[in-house]
Amino acid sequence: MTNQKYQLVCGMEVHAELKTNSKMFCGCKNDPFHAEKPNIYTCPVCLGLPGALPVANKQAIEWTIKLGLALGCKINLFSKFDRKHYFYPDLPKGYQISQYDLPFCYDGKIETELGTVRIHRIHLEEDTGKLLHKTVNGEQVSLIDFNRSSVPLIEIVTEPDITTAAHAAAYGKQLRKILQYLDIANCDMEQGGMRLEANVSLRPVGETELPNYKTEIKNINSFRFLEQAIDFEIDRQAELLANNQIVSQETRGWNSVKQVTYSQRSKEDAEDYRYFPDPDIPPIRFTEEQIAAIRETIPELPSAIATRWQQEYGIEPNMIEQIIVNTTVSRQYDKLFTNAKNEGISVASLLKNILSKKVPSPLEAGAEQTLLQFKELQKTDVVDDTQLIAIVNKVLTENPDISAKYFSGQKQVIGFVMGQILRELPKKSDPAQVREAIITQLEATK
Amino acid sequence: MKNNLHKLTLKKALAQIQSGETTAKKIYADCFSQIEAGNKDLNVFLSTNSPTSMKQFENPETTLQNCPIAVKDNICIENEVTTAASTVLEDYKPAYSATLIDNLKLHGGAVIGKTNLDAWAHGSSTETSQFGRTLNPRNPKYLPGGSSGGSAAAVAADMCTAAIGTETAGSIRQPASWCGVVGLKPTYGRVSRYGVIAMASSTDSPGPITKTVEDAAIMLACLAGHDSKDGTTTNQAVPDYVSLLQKSISGLKIGIMYQDIPGLKIANPYVLAAAKVLESLGAKVELVNALDPKYAVSVYTIVQRAEVSSNLARFDGIRFGNDRSYFGDEARRRILLGTHTLRKGYAEKYYQVAQKTRTLFIEDFSRLFSSYDVLISPTSPSFAEPIGASEDSVMFGELADMLLEPSSIAGLPGISVPCFHDEKTNLYLGLNIMAPAWREDLVLQVAHAYEINTDWNSWRKDNND
Repeated sequence: MTNQKYQLVCGMEVHAELKTNSKMFCGCKNDPFHAEKPNIYTCPVCLGLPGALPVANKQAIEWTIKLGLALGCKINLFSKFDRKHYFYPDLPKGYQISQYDLPFCYDGKIETELGTVRIHRIHLEEDTGKLLHKTVNGEQVSLIDFNRSSVPLIEIVTEPDITTAAHAAAYGKQLRKILQYLDIANCDMEQGGMRLEANVSLRPVGETELPNYKTEIKNINSFRFLEQAIDFEIDRQAELLANNQIVSQETRGWNSVKQVTYSQRSKEDAEDYRYFPDPDIPPIRFTEEQIAAIRETIPELPSAIATRWQQEYGIEPNMIEQIIVNTTVSRQYDKLFTNAKNEGISVASLLKNILSKKVPSPLEAGAEQTLLQFKELQKTDVVDDTQLIAIVNKVLTENPDISAKYFSGQKQVIGFVMGQILRELPKKSDPAQVREAIITQLEATK
Repeated sequence: MKNNLHKLTLKKALAQIQSGETTAKKIYADCFSQIEAGNKDLNVFLSTNSPTSMKQFENPETTLQNCPIAVKDNICIENEVTTAASTVLEDYKPAYSATLIDNLKLHGGAVIGKTNLDAWAHGSSTETSQFGRTLNPRNPKYLPGGSSGGSAAAVAADMCTAAIGTETAGSIRQPASWCGVVGLKPTYGRVSRYGVIAMASSTDSPGPITKTVEDAAIMLACLAGHDSKDGTTTNQAVPDYVSLLQKSISGLKIGIMYQDIPGLKIANPYVLAAAKVLESLGAKVELVNALDPKYAVSVYTIVQRAEVSSNLARFDGIRFGNDRSYFGDEARRRILLGTHTLRKGYAEKYYQVAQKTRTLFIEDFSRLFSSYDVLISPTSPSFAEPIGASEDSVMFGELADMLLEPSSIAGLPGISVPCFHDEKTNLYLGLNIMAPAWREDLVLQVAHAYEINTDWNSWRKDNND
């Protein structure tokens, strides 16, 4: 959606749960979405019981840095965790362990087809529990499930570089792909494994200063909703601004049924989280060598793979887009493509047949089977020439007008003849061979 | 029949059990009858485990052989009421035990009961306990000090063979001083905090309160060490404290702190007298200049309240305990002050300045320890205060602990040993001995040498061979 007078100024904050085996600050299993019952993956630490202490998950910290490096971020070799205070029933300690002024990563960027988005910072924190509002024995109650409490959560914050709603979605999709390629997050959006937030404001076209307000659209769980919500906000804010009204500083939600954003919480009184360094967790120091070792673990990323496939096999970007899923999938396709190329088979044609489901994907069947079935599909039966000419002549005799049409320039009649002839031939006859026979016979009658 | 076994020091008790002269069961029974006789008046224990509740007493393979140990009631024991002396937790039964309790039990310690403290360990008198103040067994007109006042009183009243307290800044050493017992505050991170209801997380240090220095060494060896559940513990080796006690202190350089601080007229002469004793044992003693402890009071007051306001946030009454309306006045004061000093616009002025000043104290101690092996000072400016004294001043605790706050904010180990006994009031003064981080062995060594060469320890007559 475009607006004549105003341009969008938008930055995003994305939360993603890391898929470590254990939680961020305790040994409990990190699998909140597959837990059979509420509160089975809990202990004194993630329940915030008196006396319990957090111990930071090394894997989660390394993965955060891995993401930072993949996005070209600088890494803070000295970092720490801080306490962020607020009261909410799903936050058992009365504070969330997060990172305030020394995030693990800062100053990176993500390239999308709609433009670059700079990364401001990436920090690591813990997720909260989950509130369930239910009726039990006829009574309305609020219950808390702490299976998700203290699951490692990364927050990726961008600069306000996003220029359109589609750009925001492209950024989010690209980020999700990178997380999946790094194999550090499942990004299940429906379950809340990846949550999107867009900070939206407008400024008159041509201005470069940041607007003096912003609205936060929170907890969006699909890229489609993200686009719709931002577009809605652009219209809503443009109308307010055009009428010289003030757009209030607030948090808004997206109602996907009514297709509107709605006010959730005013931000006029900025919250004070009273951050201070968590005394329970000693500061974290990294050496350049340790960072280099983490860098070694980064696999080839989606954009690099796409460029390579495009150059090496001449595959179209929109086809590549459909098979960029994660590192495992890419490896399967790489194996398939290499084998195909070695056998002189067109990779582009092969992929076209996979995407149109004429042959199974290497994920379903394995690279060898896919290639075998593709070759089977391409195979043609050579028809005996004498037999073929006899059939061609028979058809031409039965349809005397064909020759006339052909010579008057209506070359498409060949298609009609081919259909007639192929019906009388074995299934996998080579159409090129048939076509050649028809033309030869027609030319002979001239 | 009473055998006076409650009067045994831990070392003596272990020796008598070992030799078959007595049994842990008999010692436990004698200590328990002390509790039954005195607890009603003194209010030392908030809960007790009667001898009949003890499953078994034979545990000969362990260090502590089931001797009765009193535990401060801010330390979680699975399924046993743990209150932190606050009605917020009046019926709270933890789902797990503190690591130090696991260690204590592993080494054969039998928990005889949970001792009173200032609510949430906020104070130096036990008067802020929401279950009533504890009285000093040496003279019930006086306070036992705090916040580990119950544990110190339990030792002084022979209601246990040894006890465990926690110190944030003075809470082991100051009540030990006021009750005429030995209190050892280990280096921050030496004993696991896991399962200790947090007061100020950056200085909380659990440690033993005992009848003698040697007992403190035995107890520390049972409690100390790395804990994978507490990220602030380290892999530092735990030395054999008991055998290191025997090392001579000859040649050690000892600095005497705070002789120039006003308001220490009562305590300071006894520190000089103690220095003379140490000198006679071959140590070199000298007066030293140190940063004025009044700044440590400011640093500690700000940092500790900030951490308290955060640590008490979880007591919302949703998952356990009562709601926040149950907090007493002292906890409310601390939550309010701590919340204020962390506020945007104020954190820069208070919390951050306090943390920077804290670094100055750490540096000042490094400077002193580059010239001296140990440092000594009074534990407390004076004798135990009369009951009710804490109610006159909201800064009561900070002033009583002023001399201990510098080493606490620097995370250093220290011990208080009796260095004077007033025959008239039956009250004591304590000598505070400090060493660099992880050098509890040095602190114990000097304290032991002092203790066995003076007559201030009240158990020496009974327990000497």
